Amino acid sequence: MSRVPEAFAAGPAFVPYLAVGDPDYESSLEYVEALARGGADVIELGLPFSEPVAEGPTIQSAVVRSLEAGMTPERFFGFVEELDVDAPLVCMTYYNLIYRFGDERGPEPFVRRAAEVGIDGFVVPDLPAEESDPLRAACDAHDRDLIFIVAPTTRGERLERIMERVSGYVYVQARLGTTGARADVSDQTDASLARLADWDVPKAVGFGISTGEHAERVVAAGADGVIVGSALVDIVADGHENDAATSDVAARLEEKARELKAGARRGAEQRVPHPERT
Amino acid sequence: MSTNDGKFGDYGGQYVPEALMPAIEELADAYERYAVENEDGFLDEFRCRLRDFGGRPTPLQRAERLSERYGREVYLKREDLVHGGAHKLNNALGQVLLAKYMGKERIIAETGAGQHGTATAMACAHLGLDCEVYMGTRDINRQRPNVFRMRLNGAAVNPVSVGRGTLKEAISETMRDWATNVEDTHYVIGSVVGPHPFPSLVRDFQAVISEEAREQIRTRAGTLPDSVLACAGGGSNTMGAFARFLDDEGVDLYAVEAGGSSLDVDEEAGVAPNSASLTTGSEGVLHGARTKLLQDRHGQIMESHSVSSGLDYAGVGPELAHLVDAGRVTPVNVDDDAAISAFHRLSQLEGIIPALETAHAFGYLEDAGEDLGETVIVNVSGRGDKDLESVIEETAKRDVKNAPDLDVFAGGTGGLR
Ligand SMILES: Cc1ncc(COP(=O)(O)O)c(C=O)c1O
Repeated sequence: MSRVPEAFAAGPAFVPYLAVGDPDYESSLEYVEALARGGADVIELGLPFSEPVAEGPTIQSAVVRSLEAGMTPERFFGFVEELDVDAPLVCMTYYNLIYRFGDERGPEPFVRRAAEVGIDGFVVPDLPAEESDPLRAACDAHDRDLIFIVAPTTRGERLERIMERVSGYVYVQARLGTTGARADVSDQTDASLARLADWDVPKAVGFGISTGEHAERVVAAGADGVIVGSALVDIVADGHENDAATSDVAARLEEKARELKAGARRGAEQRVPHPERT
Repeated sequence: MSTNDGKFGDYGGQYVPEALMPAIEELADAYERYAVENEDGFLDEFRCRLRDFGGRPTPLQRAERLSERYGREVYLKREDLVHGGAHKLNNALGQVLLAKYMGKERIIAETGAGQHGTATAMACAHLGLDCEVYMGTRDINRQRPNVFRMRLNGAAVNPVSVGRGTLKEAISETMRDWATNVEDTHYVIGSVVGPHPFPSLVRDFQAVISEEAREQIRTRAGTLPDSVLACAGGGSNTMGAFARFLDDEGVDLYAVEAGGSSLDVDEEAGVAPNSASLTTGSEGVLHGARTKLLQDRHGQIMESHSVSSGLDYAGVGPELAHLVDAGRVTPVNVDDDAAISAFHRLSQLEGIIPALETAHAFGYLEDAGEDLGETVIVNVSGRGDKDLESVIEETAKRDVKNAPDLDVFAGGTGGLR
């Protein structure tokens, strides 16, 4: 069974992302574990793909570092097995790696292997609802969640198509564009959350969130969780460029995680109780 | 024939971020209405502008000395005479006009050789839209005249330095721009690649090549050709040259890919030193479509190579991949050396300096045996002015028997760069 839904049950969820293997396998293990200590409720583990079309410069560079250090899907699964954290784990990657894994074409071998090592769900940025049925079926067969991204441009029938297929949580893309830390929170976020008000899966907002204040603001606006990637990858990149000790970088990640989690908690306290939904 | 669900057998589809899906649906709808059903006279305006601005129809010329050399009737479809010097304008003009009908204000495009970027910049200047072109830094250095041409037409050229800085990276970066500015921007993709409806849309705009050629050859030779040859990068001149012959079973269709320096693959380095995805690639998903790709055993996309920037791409159009599997199109390849040699041959024998991309098709004409039959059409997808700097360099690196003497450069300038 996927453990994702229960992670959202206990209050606003903090969902950090890191590219696995950035800048190398061993450091990356420590970094992910630091995020867990810092209060991660779900962890998104990026399996690097050579053509990350949805990523901005920060995560593109992380992908390059990880691939150059030798990351492969098999090593990624080994990493997940070795990882010592309790939080549910979501694999974020592009469809070609899922499609090509194993001896038969199609997503099932990848999902089977991921389930074996303890991955609870998947986010696939280049797989819209229209192309997702084979992966959805494989996730159902192995009791895993398939998380979909809802963009600021998603309306009408598209929302319904996604609602029918999503499980775990819905990834609310806070703004148009690619991933990357930003200095402000977009107004598009509120409008997107409003469109999803009556969905019964948790709504986690991502794309650009970089501070505790952002997390607070987004949760206060109605999000059930915050997804933070580039702001954390920036810490890894900075440590790598300055030859910082792995333990120092891990400590900074843990501290940043605490800041974001505390922000999300403050946001939840400010939340006006929802009027009864019909 | 145009209407479809975006699948060609197992290939094609729409593998793009959700943020782009509404724009792609809007485009698919506009494609059906304007480019298929001719709403608001779109197709009439397109034809008219292709004629007056683009210089169509292009001639089908009998190549006298090549015919003699090979002992068969060789005809050249002269897309190098389209305004801008390549077939690329057929598509760029069609898409920029479509964007205008759709009320978009801003155009973005990727470019490899710079021919598509140039064509898009020209079409935007002609139709009064803003234009930004993404181009890999390596290609910017290989194709300087085209970079300047784009700037002259008022387009911004944005260098892309990630990866090897070629077409693959330029496409990814243009998709990122589109995902950011999707509400007022149209992405003019430069080949029959990408998510549906692009492969069908671009094919339809390029199909004018075979529409004209089919009529012309029947008038000139009183017969259909035995074979049609076109080079294939993404495959837009290829699909354009093949489209109206697909139903003519007696016409063999050859897609000539870049064999680069070798068909071998270096998995460790992630490099396939060729661009022969139809010949050696495997099925996968890249840039919005399921197609044949150069990828390693894990599914990571490999760095491709070709002496010609326009063929230097790890993927290929999904419809071509399907036609190859179905046995309708034969994929063949020509390596860097043979392409350079063919470049010089066509220049000398016919007085036509071809693009390096196009030279690959003539490389195959030289290699192929009897299979090509009595009457052959070769699509001259573009002219080679843009390649002169690279050809000087690449010729100097090799022992090319039929190249002109390059010593004239050796004097005052201190040798070849
Ligand atoms: C003259 C010429 N021919 C061919 C190509 C390859 O593109 P396609 O395979 O889409 O025709 C290019 C691309 O830049 C080109 O400039």
